[in-house]
This record gives sequence, C-alpha cells and structure tokens, in this order.
Amino acid sequence: MLKNYFKIALAVLKRRKFFTFISLFGISFTLTVLMVLTAFIDKVGNSNYPDKKRDRSLYILNMEMTGSKNGAMTKGPHSFYFLDHYAKSLKTPEKVAISSMFDFSSAYVNNKKVPINLKFTNADYWEVLDYDFLEGKPFSKQQVDNAEKVAVISEDTKKAYFGDALSVVGKYIEADNIKYRVSGVVKNVPITQMMMYGDMYLPYTVSKNDYKKDQGFNGNFSGILLAKSANDLPKMQKEYTNMVSRIKIPDKEFDHLYSFADSYFTSLIRVILGDGPNSGVSKLVIGLSIFVFLFMLLPTINLVNINITRIMERSSEIGVRKAFGASSQTLVYQFIVENIILTLLGGIIGVVLSVIVMQIINNSGLIANLNLSLNYVVLFCSLLACLVFGLLSGVYPAWRMSRLNVVNALKAQ
Amino acid sequence: MIKLQNIQKVYRTDTIETLALNAINLDIAKGEFLSIMGPSGCGKSTLLNIMGLLDMPSKGSINIADQTTHSLNDKQLAKFRNQKLGFIFQSYHLIGDLQVLDNVELPLLYRDTTAKERRRLATEALEKVGLSNRLKHFPKQLSGGQRQRVAIARAIVGNPEIILADEPTGNLDSAMGNEIMDILLQLNRNEGTTIVMVTHDESMAQKTHRLVRLFDGSQVQ
Repeated sequence: MLKNYFKIALAVLKRRKFFTFISLFGISFTLTVLMVLTAFIDKVGNSNYPDKKRDRSLYILNMEMTGSKNGAMTKGPHSFYFLDHYAKSLKTPEKVAISSMFDFSSAYVNNKKVPINLKFTNADYWEVLDYDFLEGKPFSKQQVDNAEKVAVISEDTKKAYFGDALSVVGKYIEADNIKYRVSGVVKNVPITQMMMYGDMYLPYTVSKNDYKKDQGFNGNFSGILLAKSANDLPKMQKEYTNMVSRIKIPDKEFDHLYSFADSYFTSLIRVILGDGPNSGVSKLVIGLSIFVFLFMLLPTINLVNINITRIMERSSEIGVRKAFGASSQTLVYQFIVENIILTLLGGIIGVVLSVIVMQIINNSGLIANLNLSLNYVVLFCSLLACLVFGLLSGVYPAWRMSRLNVVNALKAQ
Repeated sequence: MIKLQNIQKVYRTDTIETLALNAINLDIAKGEFLSIMGPSGCGKSTLLNIMGLLDMPSKGSINIADQTTHSLNDKQLAKFRNQKLGFIFQSYHLIGDLQVLDNVELPLLYRDTTAKERRRLATEALEKVGLSNRLKHFPKQLSGGQRQRVAIARAIVGNPEIILADEPTGNLDSAMGNEIMDILLQLNRNEGTTIVMVTHDESMAQKTHRLVRLFDGSQVQ
C-alpha cells in the first residue's frame, strides 16, 4: 500500500513541475532558515569552549540602576570595583572570574594594521574558564598584581602577527604602542561567546584605566561566579541577590539597583531583553514562538492552497478509488502520507541547503571563529518541523477531498 | 441478486427540482446480463450509480446480494463495493500515473492481501483480457480498446459477483466495441458474473439476456 502511495506521490510531483518547485522551495527555504537559526542558537547557548564548568557557574553581565523620582536610568556592564569589591566578598563561590568586554585595538606588522580585540582579566579568570593552551600558560596572580606586561593571545592573532613561527612564547607583541611578552597561545573562541572572546588577553592592571580607584558601579566588566558544585548554585544565587539588596548606591540620582547572577542563557537574554527585575526570558519565549508560528504559517497556507489545487485535479482518481473500495478515511490517510513524502523531500533539500549555507557562513568569516554545524538537536527540530508541515498542510485538503461525491468526482476529469 | 424497489431520485437546487428517476422497480437475478437503454439524460447512469452505491436514492430501497444497503456507513459501503461490485466506465478512468499492473491491483489495495498475491491476481486478470504483455505500460501508451480491457481487468480482479458497466463501448469503434462485448459475455457465461450494462448501442444490448428501457426517469420496458 505504502509503495503504491509512494509511486503516486512521485508521479504527481513529476507531473506538475512548477507546483512541485513552489512547494519544495517553500518547505526547504523555511527549513533552511529555521535550521541555520537553530544551529546558531544552539552554538551560542550550548557551545562550551572555554566555558566548560557552566553547570556550576553563574554569570553577572549587565546591571541596571533606576531613579524612581527623576526617572533616571542607566544600564550596562559592571565596574571592576563592583565585582572585585562585592562579588568577591561572597562566601559560596570558589573563584570569581572578572574580565572586561573586548576593546578594539590594533597592532602593526610590517606596516600593516592587524585589528586586535583586547580583553583585560584577573588571574582567577584562567582557573574558572578552561582555555585550551596550544603553548605556554596563563599569566599568574603575581604577574597581575605586579602589572607585568604579559599577554595570552589567540591562535589567529599568533598567525596574523608572527606568521608561521612555531613557538612564540617569550616573544613580544605590540599593541597600542606597548610591548607585551607572550605568555601563552590559546585556541580561538567564537565571538558568539561574548564573555570569553578576545584576540589578546591582558592583566587588568596593565590597562590605562586605573580600575581599582574608580568606585563607580558602571563599567566595562562582567563576572563569573564558580561554585564548588552544581548543588551550590541556588545558594550562591541567593547570596548574591541578598548582597545586592544591601548595597547602598553612591550616586544619589538612583535609588534602585538591579544586578543578577544568572545561568548563562538567562544572563545573555537579560542583556537584550532584561527590564529591571525581569530577566526577559518569558518575553523571548513568547516572541520566538510567535515568530516561528508565523514563519511556518505562511508556507503552510501556501502549501494548503497548492495541495487543494493538486488534489482537485485528481478528482477522477479519487472517484475511482472510492468506487473500488477506498473509504474517506483511507483516502485522507493516503493524501497525508503523500504530503509527508513531499515535505520530507523538501526536508532533505532543506538539510542539504542548510549545510551549504552554514559552510558559507563559516567560511565567510562574518562572525569571528564561529563554526556552525548540523547536530542532532538541529536535525531533530527539522524533522519535527517537516512532520508538522506535512500534517498541517495535508490534513485540510485531504479532508476536503475525501468529502467529494463519487459521481461528481468521476464526472470531473 | 439486485433488487430495487420504488427507487426515486430527485436533484434539488435553490430554484429547481428535477426528477431523475421515478418509481423504478427492478429485480436482477444472479448470473443475469442486463442492459439499460434510453435517450441521453433519461437517468440510465443515475440508475447504475445507485445500483453501484455510488449515489443514494431520494426514496426507495436497494438490496444487493441479500444485503439492504441504506443503513451502511461510509466505511461499510466502501467495503461492500470492494467485495461485491466491479465498475467499468465509458472513459476508462485509469490512473495515468500508475502502470497497467498497478491500476489493476487497485481494488486489492483495500483488502488484506499481500503484495505478492496482488501481483499474481492482477497478472491473471490481465491474462484473461489478453493484456499480459502490457503490464509495465502506462495507460497513455495504450489504445482505447486496450485501456478498456485494463479497466475490465481491474473490475474483475477482486472477483466481484456483480459488474456494473457504464457505456463500456461508447468511446470505441465497432471492432473494438465487439471485442469488449465478447469479453463481458464470456465473463458472464464462464464465471457466472452478474452484469448490468448501460448502452446506447442497440446491437450490443441485443446480445444480453434482458433489456430495460428508460424514458424521462421512468421504466418503459
């Protein structure tokens, strides 16, 4: 029976090539967009290099201060002082990594400008995060305290600055007219790992800004609290929240301070959609659901229309099948199976297209060090989307067709 | 075998009511070959459709193979048609996307038969109509007469007790028409299949056991 349906489905697809093209294009294009998007979200949300202890870490990205009387509001990363003074005072965290958002800078090699993103960190940063060192090692606490001009660089920076040199540890690299001794070379981090990305990592003490002295709360730093075990996370989060609630804001313009130690995903969402005490996760879920629904609805409606036209063209076949013993239910089943075959075909094309698009994105260097790939999560989502497509766009036309009167169906050839 | 009692069929639109069949009473015996004749629009095809349970009468009762049919639901009707009835249409109604063998197998798809068994029965049916050398052809590669023979093979593959043929020779020249008629006569004689045939052709009708004439929806002979 299924073989027969398969034969018919393929024959129908071959018969009206333009309709087939439109159907397959709609399905595969939608799937490609969804799959690339899923791969991207998956990469940003689940990629764990160099953040391998995510299960026992909390992230402090943005803070918000508001003034209820004057309507004042300020939002952004924390100051080094805030994280060093308050976050490091907590008892539950084993370590606290503090690092700046990357700063644009440049180095010159043979009079050629090499753009470099600088990142300033404390020494604990290298213990909280697990960078893969291709050579050398991170800078130590003592080197940070002594404000030694040492640097950890990425493999891309090594290549851009030193060319094919085998070992560069101990050599000097110049950025912003200051020479730094290379202490280690690490594997590249994609820019989607916003908190960990950088081309050159330096002790925060060598920065031109005197971070220790500035006691304001706003700044350019983020923090990662590392707990001893995953079980300590709720306790650590509570301790942080309690600590924040006790802080007196030095600036009289503001009377509310919002700063949270969140899971990785929530901390990212809070940067984009956070609003005071709300993390924005529910906003994101609702927004994404509406987007995906609308995004899938349009090609589905398109497919429903095409399917109705296709099916009505086959009314003679429907009449014959009914005359020879097919019940309405059997016919609905047949047409849904045929439609699922069509959507799965579109799905396969979609998967191939997605791989091509991902390769193009990866090779274009549009997003630094990003390596999108098709994984089981993405494949599962796509397969699910295909089935939903097949069912949604097949059920209504199949039901309408199954109601056709046999005599009329046979007359309309 | 087929018993029609006081069959009436009315077609209604918003403004008009057309009486397509009026008070038809017909008793067709097992193994009988009956032809129905009459001018165009007199209700011949409507009557055949009602006998084939493809259309419902507005009034009256139908009994086929000792089964009263008015109480059957969609699924039961489908099963009944599949097991008891075979259809032959004037314009063949073969599925163009399927090969001859697949077309003939069609009624068996709705039964519990294995693919191998379906293939065997369909090949046998095609042998009976002399088309065993055309199994892999598509309908458009065949002549009109050959297509109608495929349609006959499809009608008989499930071994139904009754065959309903709506102008089976209507689209064919007389030589081909005669070939088709011979096959139907053989089927009736050798297998004892009850056949009801609508025709415009007096000579074809004369070859059958009994002739029923309709005029304006009523039985006149």
